[in-house]
Amino acid sequence: MKIVVCVKQVPASNDAKIDPVTKRIVREGIKSIMNPFDLYALEEGIRLKEKFGGQVIALSMGPPKAEAVLREALSAGADHAILLSDRAFGGSDTWATSYALAKAIERIGHVDLVICGKQAIDGDTAQVGPGIAAHLDWMQAAGVMEVQVKDSSIIVKRMHEEGHDICQLQLPAVITVVKDINTPRVPTLRGRLAALKYELPVWKPADIGADPEKLGLNGSPTRVVKTQPPDPRQADTIRIEGTPKECARALVHELRLRSLI
Amino acid sequence: MLTLTDADRKQYENIWVVAEVSSGRIQPVTHELIGKARELADASKSQVWTVVMGSGISQMAESLFAYGSDCVIAVDDARLNGIQDEIEANVLVRLIRKYKPEVVLCAATTKGRALIPRVAVKADCGLTADCTGLSIDPENGDLLQTRPAFGGNIMATIRSPKHRPQMATVRPRVMKAPEPDKSRTGKIIKESILDTDADKMKKIIEIFQSKEAAFNLSDARIIISGGRGVKGPEGFELLKRFASKVGGAVGASRAAVDAGWIGYNHQIGQTGQTVQTTLYIACGISGQIQHLVGMQSSDVIVAIDINPDTPMMQMADIAIVGDLFEVIPEILNEIPKL
Ligand SMILES: Cc1cc2nc3c(=O)[nH]c(=O)nc-3n(C[C@H](O)[C@H](O)[C@H](O)COP(=O)(O)OP(=O)(O)OC[C@H]3O[C@@H](n4cnc5c(N)ncnc54)[C@H](O)[C@@H]3O)c2cc1C
Repeated sequence: MKIVVCVKQVPASNDAKIDPVTKRIVREGIKSIMNPFDLYALEEGIRLKEKFGGQVIALSMGPPKAEAVLREALSAGADHAILLSDRAFGGSDTWATSYALAKAIERIGHVDLVICGKQAIDGDTAQVGPGIAAHLDWMQAAGVMEVQVKDSSIIVKRMHEEGHDICQLQLPAVITVVKDINTPRVPTLRGRLAALKYELPVWKPADIGADPEKLGLNGSPTRVVKTQPPDPRQADTIRIEGTPKECARALVHELRLRSLI
Repeated sequence: MLTLTDADRKQYENIWVVAEVSSGRIQPVTHELIGKARELADASKSQVWTVVMGSGISQMAESLFAYGSDCVIAVDDARLNGIQDEIEANVLVRLIRKYKPEVVLCAATTKGRALIPRVAVKADCGLTADCTGLSIDPENGDLLQTRPAFGGNIMATIRSPKHRPQMATVRPRVMKAPEPDKSRTGKIIKESILDTDADKMKKIIEIFQSKEAAFNLSDARIIISGGRGVKGPEGFELLKRFASKVGGAVGASRAAVDAGWIGYNHQIGQTGQTVQTTLYIACGISGQIQHLVGMQSSDVIVAIDINPDTPMMQMADIAIVGDLFEVIPEILNEIPKL
């Protein structure tokens, strides 16, 4: 099986502040990590390879420093890694991001399965996995917690609000995985050393035959027009202090007044 | 990518809602979305259309007029068994091209979050996930979509100026469902699936409905919620007693869930459930923004905390300064037997 795992570099913390002057988001000094959900996607790809043979290719789009997450993927057991990095990719929303990743997957060629994390913790949209499937016109399953391979198909189990379902889909396909699917391994020292030596290819738009009109800001239908801190809820707080018994009495009184109990 | 001129854009009208159908029922989030769509349609002088896709749904289509829908497109087909994102996406894209809606709203449920990005890509349009605010810009008619970003630390407002329809998802219980008006009527359009829509189909092996998964915090009228201040599983036993005394359910902050004191399906907030209860009692929860986004539209919020200055204590309607292990047993004594 030829498996592509999509990984994203995200800030380790969401402590974003707005600069009062420029109104831009300040994220200086925040460490970068691999999106936690992608660790599970990567682990699942490696396990499938170990069971059924084939190769795992880690793919990421991002600035040059995003190569760090690809080296991390290599040290955990990915066979290859590719970084999509170019100014033209900058400012991509989920439409343009999934387009670029889909074009790279086409360029890699003969891919059977694409695995993504359920969502990235910075954007939280969960749109890129299904977006890749749409651009490729492949089948998709989101929120997968178990996967088995059967001939040229996969059988997946998914959790949802009403329970779970198990269904079978033809390869090639795109799946997104949740944390329940596995426990990611810790990279070995040998893996880390090999990852350091790996010559990481960096692909530009021309390498993947991308239409420049569909990349970056050009290819992104959405525009962020404003960012602001969340509105605090306005409440005239009634403050109750005293002994536990007094507090309890006062609360029960207030709730009764409002017919809540 | 295909961008639209002003003249092209003018051909797009009406606000669509994609109904959430699961377990053979139209889920309440659909009514919440129709309520919001009604507001947007009134602001842009257009209509609300709801698309219902499923097996045996024709009978249910009529019920949506009462919530504010002017027209319902019903796609009733046995192949639509709830797991065929591929087919539903193809059908929606075809209907979008045919009727040209200006806005499409969909529930940010497990199903909606898988389906709608597929539609947005195939229909060449912008999509904003998990919106908490939606309004029409009076200047140019664009949909202004506000959503939390960076773990809720920032609210971002997003628009898609050159693409139509403008698509957004909204989580259940973020918008309020309107009171149904049984006297309202509307038009039903029947559409069917073409063979080309169904070229890719998943095979069902098992569909399992579980009571535990169906445990839905958002159905509770009262939630007694605990955080790190509850200190352990025994503390949650106290909250369970409190909840059962007032006929409520138990919720939790992520800190309590991560500590393993209570299951993830009780977590409220950005990465848990969103609730909108009549009464929310936060016990030992400091009220970080990621928690607040999941409960702040509750009607009455009570906070119990030893620290009088937490964000939760500031925003609560009633703030009790005290140790929850002392105050809650007294509350249980005070509440008369039901
Ligand atoms: C991307 C992201 C997503 C997140 N998603 C969520 C989410 O979905 N839901 C969520 O809840 N959090 C979420 N968080 C975590 C959030 O930021 C907070 O860390 C968390 O909500 C804190 O939980 P807490 O209020 O229970 O704990 P704390 O902040 O530690 O507060 C505990 C409170 O208990 C009080 N206390 C202690 N002892 C007592 C006592 N005996 N009696 C009364 N009061 C007492 C303390 O004074 C304090 O106010 C998320 C964070 C990130 C970065």
